[in-house]
Amino acid sequence: MPSNACVWRAISDYVPTGIEANMTKNTTTSLDAATPIVIVGHVDHGKSTLIGRLLHDTDNLQDGKVAQIIESSKKRGLKIEWSFLLDSLQIERDQGVTVDSTRIPFNLAGREYVIVDAPGHRQFLRNMITGAADAEAAVLVVDAQEGAREQTRRHAMLLHLIGIRHIVVLLNKVDLLDFDQAKIAAVQDDVTDLLTRLDLKASVFVPASARDGDNIAERSERMPWYTGPTLTEALVAVPSPASRAELALRLPVQDVYRFGDKRYVAGRIERGRVRVGDTVVIGTQKTPARIASIEGWHAAPQVSAYAGQSVAVTLEPDVIPDRGDLLHHRETAPVEASRVRTRLFWLRQEPLRVGESFRLRLSTAEHAVTVTAIESVVNLDDLTENPGEEVPPEGFAQIVLSASENIQFDPFTPGTTDGRGVLVDRQQRIVGGAPLIGAAEIAAGEKVIHPSASHVSVQDRERVKGHQGGVFWLTGLSGAGKTTLARAAENRLFAAGVDVTVLDGDTLRAGLCSDLGFSEAERTENVRRAAEVARILRDAGQVVLVTLISPLKSDRALAARIIGDNFAEIFVDAGLDVCEQRDPKGLYAAARAGKISSFTGIDAPYEAPQAPALRVETGAQAVDAAAGELVSFVEATVRADAGQRKRG
Amino acid sequence: MQPENGVMDTMDHLDQLEAQSVFILREAYRKLKPLAMLWSLGKDSNVMVWLAKKAFLGRVPFPVMHVDTGKKFPEMYQFRDEYTKKWELELLLGDCPPVEEMDPSLPPAARSAARKTAGLAAMIEKHKLQGVIAGIRRDEQGTRAKERVFSPRGASHKWDIRNQPPEFWDQYATPHEEGMHIRVHPLLAWREIDIWRYIEREGIPLVDLYFSKNGKRYRSLGDSDITSPVESNAATVAEVITELETTKTSERAGRAMDHESEDAFERLRVAGYL
Repeated sequence: MPSNACVWRAISDYVPTGIEANMTKNTTTSLDAATPIVIVGHVDHGKSTLIGRLLHDTDNLQDGKVAQIIESSKKRGLKIEWSFLLDSLQIERDQGVTVDSTRIPFNLAGREYVIVDAPGHRQFLRNMITGAADAEAAVLVVDAQEGAREQTRRHAMLLHLIGIRHIVVLLNKVDLLDFDQAKIAAVQDDVTDLLTRLDLKASVFVPASARDGDNIAERSERMPWYTGPTLTEALVAVPSPASRAELALRLPVQDVYRFGDKRYVAGRIERGRVRVGDTVVIGTQKTPARIASIEGWHAAPQVSAYAGQSVAVTLEPDVIPDRGDLLHHRETAPVEASRVRTRLFWLRQEPLRVGESFRLRLSTAEHAVTVTAIESVVNLDDLTENPGEEVPPEGFAQIVLSASENIQFDPFTPGTTDGRGVLVDRQQRIVGGAPLIGAAEIAAGEKVIHPSASHVSVQDRERVKGHQGGVFWLTGLSGAGKTTLARAAENRLFAAGVDVTVLDGDTLRAGLCSDLGFSEAERTENVRRAAEVARILRDAGQVVLVTLISPLKSDRALAARIIGDNFAEIFVDAGLDVCEQRDPKGLYAAARAGKISSFTGIDAPYEAPQAPALRVETGAQAVDAAAGELVSFVEATVRADAGQRKRG
Repeated sequence: MQPENGVMDTMDHLDQLEAQSVFILREAYRKLKPLAMLWSLGKDSNVMVWLAKKAFLGRVPFPVMHVDTGKKFPEMYQFRDEYTKKWELELLLGDCPPVEEMDPSLPPAARSAARKTAGLAAMIEKHKLQGVIAGIRRDEQGTRAKERVFSPRGASHKWDIRNQPPEFWDQYATPHEEGMHIRVHPLLAWREIDIWRYIEREGIPLVDLYFSKNGKRYRSLGDSDITSPVESNAATVAEVITELETTKTSERAGRAMDHESEDAFERLRVAGYL
């Protein structure tokens, strides 16, 4: 930075006027950026009210804001609703809920903070992690009368996982306990107990009434027995993050530019320091190179740069690293492993199972990984860790990820950028946080697989084919016309330029599934195999029409789970009497005669879909019309946006 | 802290904001193609152009866009023409449809501002943009405080407030469907006073409407017919900073569309306004 940098901290609180003007030009007192403080706690325990009160009592509100809040409150028949400060959206005020996390800048005794408010209920984890992941400290709000509740536990668990160590517990609404010291102490014991089980320790407990302002910015006169800090005093005591400039160098390559005759390697230094003349090692290939220069624009020339700075360096020799390659010094290399253990927080609305593949983003690197083990799943009721087959939505677990190449990382350290893994699905959506805790050894007898993932993106395939891939699962009784319908639709879709395949039940049973019979377990296995094949074809960008009786709801749910995105259940609906009358393969007759058993509709159940994506009536309708319905539906689904905009 | 080789090894608040914005701009340039930056000619967007030059070693490697309502102050057009040359910018110009074509249920100023949304949408379509860099800040307005750094917009350009993607640990959303684009917000964490202190530190040029003449100056610049000046004697960057250190008036107090009804601004933003 330029040597004439000025100070932006308001130091007027400490320095008599006159000296101030002099000092601001020459000294550097502000060493930290704004300190993020996340406010968490169970719904209705008073988070938003607390924030409103805090901003008001510390004089951090703009003119007219209070009047505006009073007006908005009145309009909805409320007295004064402090939460309206943060619940700025119409929908939030009307429904009395916080929809998304908010960040509000806030100044206290000359220090800059950002107050992060996260909603306590709907999709809380997704929104809360967005606000809380980089927080320095947390205020856990607990209704003193209600005590710790389900979300109190969840939020505390998340604080533990993302490593927020500085926790202020605000025991709110103590007026409802008549400010009674003994009653408040009992709640404090309960919360302490909860935190201890999560290996967390509150730095302080503040008994308070956010609504009335007791012990927020002003010491409460109604609790003379309390001698600890007020909330604002507790926030002032939050330590600033330690400098990371003295640690081993980690410079992940963000991009490589060629401007003029120079090649620049750009990235942000996550740790340590780099100097011109240093020899660094690049990525898992361990290519050595010398830092020839540190470049900048409109800045003093730099011979050294350190953690937190976004830099551009030139290398000698002029090697071309890839994005994600880590530059480090040879003697202080990171951990390198192809199997890594992570503490997962799972954000997807469907459960996670072993065998699923993702991209693991780690700083600027991206690795194809597969979940090869779920080692334990956290039970949020009692905070115990137990073996589990799947990680539920918004759940927490310890899992193992396997990659097809080595991953370089530093184990996750709370409050730092180390080991901050994030999982994204094939659509590039963030589905989980996966702080890497270390390399995972191979357990005896474990099936060691390292599935690889395609480098061709979904979007690339979509662009080339002009449509998305998708699976249309046709279920219905034998004789309902699934195959006839699918084959007719196949013709028409192909003619319309759609890359389409039919996976027909009988065709599968003639080959891939020829070892399977018709017991319930074998039928399920048949469905599983069909779904896996359909998934592969869908991933390759094809439109797949699967025709399987698949009579059980649970089997179709299994298929939906395996396939994931772009799965549509199509109910090919013809009455049993019609099907039996048609009996194209003579199967109903054979079943009635007892020659075959477990025949769907005769001596095995057919569980009709309750809410199919499409129902095609094939009892009375002609094949052409039915196929037309299916074709329109498929085209509308897979060409939703495609074709409107083609990207170069 | 110990200076080493004459270089301080701690970053102050502005250094940190700058480093983070540079990181964001580089992510956008790497991941979103084609990409363009909105240049409204105001103080924030000038800071943004400046940060791009920091990120890309003195150049802006993507076009800047001015969605012209035709109702900006004359000084702003002069500024645009001068600095397009000086900063070697590739300027894309777009115009806005007449106000009569806008949603008549919006209050008058918001309806006028909605023209910009429509003009912007047309430019995104025309240039098939996957990324649009915009200079909004969280401290400006309540709904902006709920924004993401990378904010995905569907084919209709609507902001789906209820369904924003998770964003943490510097991992940002990328477009996952045809027709989507991403609004990139490199200044989200900056406050108004940070912008001014950075302008002072770096010597970033501004249109002089921001400085007091006859006891009034503009604190925020929009269309000339729906923006009013505030009472102020601040005639230099330093004086503006001093003024902001004590003021408690909202920055957008002079922007009529924010104040017509409680949800006017939210409605504009959901529809794709900045």
